[in-house]
Amino acid sequence: MAECHPVGFQWVMEARLRGAKVFHIDPRFSRTSAVADRYLPIRAGTDIVLLGALINHVLSNELYFRDYVLAYTNAATLVSERFQDTEDLDGLFSGFDPETRRYDPSSWAYEGDEEATTDEMREGGATHAEAAGSDSYGARGAGASARPPTDPTLRHPRCVLQVLKRHFARYTPEMVDELCGIAPEDFAELAEAITANSGRERTTAWVYSVGWTQHSVGVQYIRASAILQLLLGNMGRPGGGIMALRGHASIQGSTDIPTLFNLLPGYLAMPHAHRHEDLADYLEREGAGTGYWGNRRSYLVSLLKAWWGDAATEDNDFCFDYLPRLTGDHGHYTTVMGQIDGTVKGYFVIGENPAVGSANGRAQRMGLANLDWLVVRDLTLVETATFWKDGPELETGEMRTGDIATEVFFLPAASHVEKEGTFTNTQRLLQWREKALDPPGDCRSDLWFYYHLGKRIRRRLGDDEIDRPMTELTWDYPEEGQYREPSAEAVLREINGTGPDGRALSSYRELAPDGSTRCGCWIYCGVYADEVNQAARRMPGNRQSWVAPEWGWAWPANRRILYNRASADPDGRPWSERKAYVWWDADRGEWTGHDVPDFDLRKPPDYQPPEGARAEAALSGTDPFIMQSDGKGWLYVPSGLSDGPMPAHYEPHESPVLNTLYGRQANPTRRIYDRPENPYNPPGAARFPYVFTTSRLTEHHTAGGMSRTLAYLAELQPELFCEVSPQLAAEVGLVNGGWATIVTSRTAIECRVLVTDRVRPLRVQRQIIHQVVVPYHWGHEGLVTGDVVNDLLPVVLDPNVYIQESKVCTCAVLPGRRPRGQALLDLIEEYRHG
Amino acid sequence: MAERVGFFTDSSVCIGCKACEVACKEWNGVPDDGFVFRATSYDNTGGLGADTWRHVAFIEQDGRWLMSSDVCKHCTNAACLDVCPTGALFRTEFDTVVVQPDICNGCGYCVPACPFGVIERRERDGRAWKCTMCYDRLRGGLEPACAKACPTDSIQFGPLDELRERAAARLERLHADGVDEARLYGDDPGDGVGGAGAFFLLLDEPETYGLPPAPVVTTRDLPQMWWWAGGAAVALVGAVAACFAGSRR
Repeated sequence: MAECHPVGFQWVMEARLRGAKVFHIDPRFSRTSAVADRYLPIRAGTDIVLLGALINHVLSNELYFRDYVLAYTNAATLVSERFQDTEDLDGLFSGFDPETRRYDPSSWAYEGDEEATTDEMREGGATHAEAAGSDSYGARGAGASARPPTDPTLRHPRCVLQVLKRHFARYTPEMVDELCGIAPEDFAELAEAITANSGRERTTAWVYSVGWTQHSVGVQYIRASAILQLLLGNMGRPGGGIMALRGHASIQGSTDIPTLFNLLPGYLAMPHAHRHEDLADYLEREGAGTGYWGNRRSYLVSLLKAWWGDAATEDNDFCFDYLPRLTGDHGHYTTVMGQIDGTVKGYFVIGENPAVGSANGRAQRMGLANLDWLVVRDLTLVETATFWKDGPELETGEMRTGDIATEVFFLPAASHVEKEGTFTNTQRLLQWREKALDPPGDCRSDLWFYYHLGKRIRRRLGDDEIDRPMTELTWDYPEEGQYREPSAEAVLREINGTGPDGRALSSYRELAPDGSTRCGCWIYCGVYADEVNQAARRMPGNRQSWVAPEWGWAWPANRRILYNRASADPDGRPWSERKAYVWWDADRGEWTGHDVPDFDLRKPPDYQPPEGARAEAALSGTDPFIMQSDGKGWLYVPSGLSDGPMPAHYEPHESPVLNTLYGRQANPTRRIYDRPENPYNPPGAARFPYVFTTSRLTEHHTAGGMSRTLAYLAELQPELFCEVSPQLAAEVGLVNGGWATIVTSRTAIECRVLVTDRVRPLRVQRQIIHQVVVPYHWGHEGLVTGDVVNDLLPVVLDPNVYIQESKVCTCAVLPGRRPRGQALLDLIEEYRHG
Repeated sequence: MAERVGFFTDSSVCIGCKACEVACKEWNGVPDDGFVFRATSYDNTGGLGADTWRHVAFIEQDGRWLMSSDVCKHCTNAACLDVCPTGALFRTEFDTVVVQPDICNGCGYCVPACPFGVIERRERDGRAWKCTMCYDRLRGGLEPACAKACPTDSIQFGPLDELRERAAARLERLHADGVDEARLYGDDPGDGVGGAGAFFLLLDEPETYGLPPAPVVTTRDLPQMWWWAGGAAVALVGAVAACFAGSRR
């Protein structure tokens, strides 16, 4: 966190000054480790073993926050008789189809839910695995019964708590020692610290950066952390939670108003071509009827009204048919393979640099070289725009400039200080930015680009039926200045939404299902309440409460902590004076506190839903997790995931170590691209003995386009280097300051060598495992250049959200620089086949 | 004259982000220091010099990774200022020491005079350069760029007396927490430079960070040296005179 989020890390340092104990668990000893109270090195790709052992420690020693767990989680809920665990099937859950390598999750359901009420649940994992449905599914609250059978004594062998106990029983400190390389005494210290620091009086937070997600079991890493935090009562309470530190500025914003293929704004699912023929179909099949997603018609219809205005009417399904449809996986890596295969002809790359930043850079560039046209918008000429004249494949002779037919358009972009708009940070906080100066020359904002592109396209369209989604689109923002910059505030106001009177709405509770309201993103409704740009508020901290509600605006409804009903006990009283946050005021008959309550303001703690209630009315007064269909925090996920209802440790796709937990080596449902452009290191190949992981440095920004071009940053880390332990250096013959070549089946790169005691060899299964840590910021453009580290990585994906396993693979390390030209290809060929 | 201001750099909360180095260069227009991979931990600018006015040291020890941002000490008794023949170096109304580049003639006397090796001549233009404690920002009522940019308040700027009190309290707290190796460096007005305007809290010996353990203003002995030199001259004249006087006899 200190390494990649130094500004946010100031609060960790402040917490330390106030007595917080900071553990840092990472394969790499980074700047964070330097200032943490304890640093625990871990073998990359084994975090579920560690988290699972912590869960086991909490369960078997009865250290969980019983009152919280019983009332607020699904611990008491009974699971179907048909469910079989990895314990029963040696690493598989029930429902696995070895042909398709996918699960039918119907047996994971709660008791009585097996015959699902919606197609969604019945189709489950397989359908969702087709189009990353789990991604939107998890966020929207997968369908499950609001009132499943329970055993409040937590003794029933099929209640979730007992299922968890059995599942995690084999995750022991000895296993942590054997697989992670963390000694039992270090594990004990961590376990003691987090349990002692959780409960009524205290809370513990987990903080991760995106490296935690970049695994073939990435989603289950986060799930494991969520289980632990729910058991310890650390969700919805001040000082608790799981902080997902995003990869760069406003990535949270780009999932809220998504750049993801499978989502509409506000985590509504993108409709599917065949399962969602019309609006009724979509609303029926996408998600649960209970919990807040029960209001999804209001959210979707308001979105359609924001986009198509008066053209959207009840009679035409509010233009639902104008929305694009999914036909399968349209994710990044499948798109790249489509480019190589010639089925994807054109490509917009906006503020990204896949030729450097994505796994298997060679495949990325092969895709780019096979396009008809490519548009790159960036601040500088990044490698994705110049691959055709100086990419690595030109040096090896695999590509020749004259053979590349791709027409490349480079459009210079305005930087964040040259345009106005918002950033949404990891805490869902929207902060408005003023423009500091005009962009130079032809540089323009992305808003300008898309707005004027849209206008030009519309000018060319006639009144054909097929063009109506474009011609009827509301596309009329006020334009300002010499270059006719559309007003970003007008866009924010449209996102906020307006009521029948045309005035800005103040809350998503005002959204209506009948088309009388418009709203571009339901969770952002209220950011322009009272016709005021709430994101631009800058009340200093010393002039408001410690929750600081008047700094910017947080979605939803300016709540700073989600699910904060859980900060009070079932009767609505704070769990403790020290951790009081939101509570029930019986005299006034409403919820109150330091933050905006994340609950129906007037729903009393003893509220019981009437039979047949829908949406939020179906949840009781003690159901804090209001987006879930049953209002509970899910220790066990009955539907919505592709790879199992509970986390299980599988080794990375490429690993030098055997999985001793189960008979399954790797995630059985991981997505593999078995193609010549994407060779994998053969399993168990002794010629790839080392664990390879990538990292970032404070001095550079992701793929380097914003830092390698700036002298003041480039001088601070001028060359690509690897960090190796003195023991590995001795074993391979590396010298500090010298050169190393790192080889995988994809390619070989060269880098300088930093020999350091910070990298510690780990004792795993009675052998020494060396990890090689390499930052990935370099490419062939800029003031400082270097080989592309991500070229070493294979494309293998998590089955839920299609994120690549870029934080761990295996490699070989050689002393000296890599060969050039054909000799490089020969070297890779030799290693590929042994 | 305004109240004396300075820096207190608390290395115990430094996270080595180098924001101070970058902010300093951005504000003061300091050129880059070359793109050289030094293979010395995460330090690739090497040390303070004409083109690096804030420098973060990275020291790898067994189980520890120390980081500390170094800067010109703005000494109470500043030798660089003493030896400057042109008056380019001067003491400001904030009691800081600043080089005026339009007056500096590049004689370089200040370079060996600095007991910390801070000031340096820039090869390209021959003149001497170092931290100005953002003199222009101070005149505008702003804190120096490095302190402004530091995310963890490792670099604190303010009235020197106040900073010394804050540092003493911080040291006491660290000692109470069992961090016995914590110590202050450059805070003592009784030291060889009369106390530094930029002082530090370190977690090891000063030498570990490349700082002299007992810096002394190099001009300390200058008056005495003049005295001795004068005495020697007089003695010499006397001796010569005596020779002639003797020969006449």
